[in-house]
Amino acid sequence: MRVNLTVNGRPQEADDVWEGESLLYVLRERLGLPGSKNACEQGECGSCTVRLDGVPVCSCLVAAGQAEGRDVVTVEGLADFARQRDGGGCASGACGGTGLDEAKAWQAGGTDSQTGEGTGLSPIQQAFIDAGAVQCGFCTPGLLVAADEMLERNPTPSDADIREALSGNLCRCTGYEKIMDAVRLAAARQGGAV
Amino acid sequence: MDFLRPASWEEALAAKAEHPAAVPIAGGTDVMVEINFDHRRPEYLLDLTRIGDLYEWEVGEDSVRLGASVPYTRIMENLRTELPGLALASHTVASPQIRNRGGVGGNLGTASPAGDAHPALLAAGAEVEAESAARGTRLIPIDAFYTGVKRNALQPDELIRAVHVKKADGPQQFSKVGTRNAMVIAVCAFGLALHPHTRTVRTGIGSAAPTPVRATTAEEFLNAALEEGGFWDNGKIITPSVAKQFADLCSAACNPIDDVRGTASYRRHAVGVLARRTLTWTWESYRGTHRATEGAA
Ligand SMILES: Cc1cc2nc3c(=O)[nH]c(=O)nc-3n(C[C@H](O)[C@H](O)[C@H](O)COP(=O)(O)OP(=O)(O)OC[C@H]3O[C@@H](n4cnc5c(N)ncnc54)[C@H](O)[C@@H]3O)c2cc1C
Ligand code: FES
Ligand code: FES
Repeated sequence: MRVNLTVNGRPQEADDVWEGESLLYVLRERLGLPGSKNACEQGECGSCTVRLDGVPVCSCLVAAGQAEGRDVVTVEGLADFARQRDGGGCASGACGGTGLDEAKAWQAGGTDSQTGEGTGLSPIQQAFIDAGAVQCGFCTPGLLVAADEMLERNPTPSDADIREALSGNLCRCTGYEKIMDAVRLAAARQGGAV
Repeated sequence: MDFLRPASWEEALAAKAEHPAAVPIAGGTDVMVEINFDHRRPEYLLDLTRIGDLYEWEVGEDSVRLGASVPYTRIMENLRTELPGLALASHTVASPQIRNRGGVGGNLGTASPAGDAHPALLAAGAEVEAESAARGTRLIPIDAFYTGVKRNALQPDELIRAVHVKKADGPQQFSKVGTRNAMVIAVCAFGLALHPHTRTVRTGIGSAAPTPVRATTAEEFLNAALEEGGFWDNGKIITPSVAKQFADLCSAACNPIDDVRGTASYRRHAVGVLARRTLTWTWESYRGTHRATEGAA
């Protein structure tokens, strides 16, 4: 079947989708967006977290057909998404979201932790780098999407709020402390404290 | 495989009547795991996510009519006062991502003995609103809904439209044993609701028998003991011996198995502990409000 959906602000269509396929598979294998990771395919690890109509979900547990006509934000579109939310321009120039080719070619343009300028990173991504919250990086896309959504809802989270919001995302490397640091840092920067 | 995408409840019932073997999919947090792991290859998937009615709830005089697909997150955020037991149970389900998708309709559809909504529904008192195109609507009492391990009272052509859950008329608690706070399928779970209006106590046990069950003998014992001691009126602390007897009877209501999550004897023991704790918590809260109203009078 064919599935039409909006991914990172642009309409996309995926063809030859098997009816039992997951949204994660569509994103990775049909649209060529491997940012969302596939680790468990059973909702346990959160590395496939995307926003579906704004809500963080495990894309491995969304049937492709359920995403028909819906709006999806993946880690590849997070920087543009955050910029638009903050009322700024778009990194991609035109405010029409992130195209597939741009998204596929996406990489952190730089890691200037001093200024964060021109790096093409969302504040949460920059904070993860600055706090050293990325080791192998496999869990990172899911954590970024989940943490970004929490900060949107709750700009001044307590540690307990952060732990709860990220309780569906497993990391096998960092021991979570640096991830906590990163989210605290992003919250502080968002509040203008740093 | 065919993906059926009804746009309305009537269309969904018609599709289910035409294809009784179709597997409904709501949040997909049970169904997709089975498909991803090739444990299930249904001929038809019946997507319910386009039916807006299933995501709504109505707070009535005595009960809340909770749409089958209302996600756990919404229950936690919006129904804490009316359905405190279910809101607590919802909060223990998996993770935010899962709670954003999964709901009570899916929990009832799966009817796992470990489903967290069940003890809360049993303790509060509830009816499942099932509907078919051929026979219309019927209300299935929650006590009659669970018919076996992962089996329920639904007919092949029926879908769950909503659950009618009694609004709390007293304190409610839900408690669950697991290895960590998040992402844990219950080793065992316990729900307890005080119903001061009828001077009764109801319970629900999860993950300690082939189906979710009530500890009816324990309830009868406690109802009689509370009545006899005038506890509902005098608001006294429940005698430790009464609490102990209640806990023992709750343990006795279990019929658990050994599995990877825990042994049968551990489960029996832990259910007793949870029963005593939830009784203490709810009774303390009842005494608090009782004293407050006495003071005001
Ligand atoms: C990682 C992970 C952790 C989990 N942890 C928990 C936990 O802690 N506690 C817990 O209780 N559960 C847990 N679950 C299981 C699951 O999330 C719940 O059972 C949830 O309530 C299912 O809801 P759903 O809408 O996603 O159901 P779906 O997967 O869409 O459906 C589940 C079943 O119900 C049927 N169904 C759905 N809606 C209807 C309807 N309206 N009428 C008739 N049948 C219907 C489906 O056909 C299917 O058989 C977990 C799942 C995952 C993946
Ligand atoms: S891959 Fe989806 S939660 Fe692990
Ligand atoms: S950085 Fe390796 S899993 Fe988190």
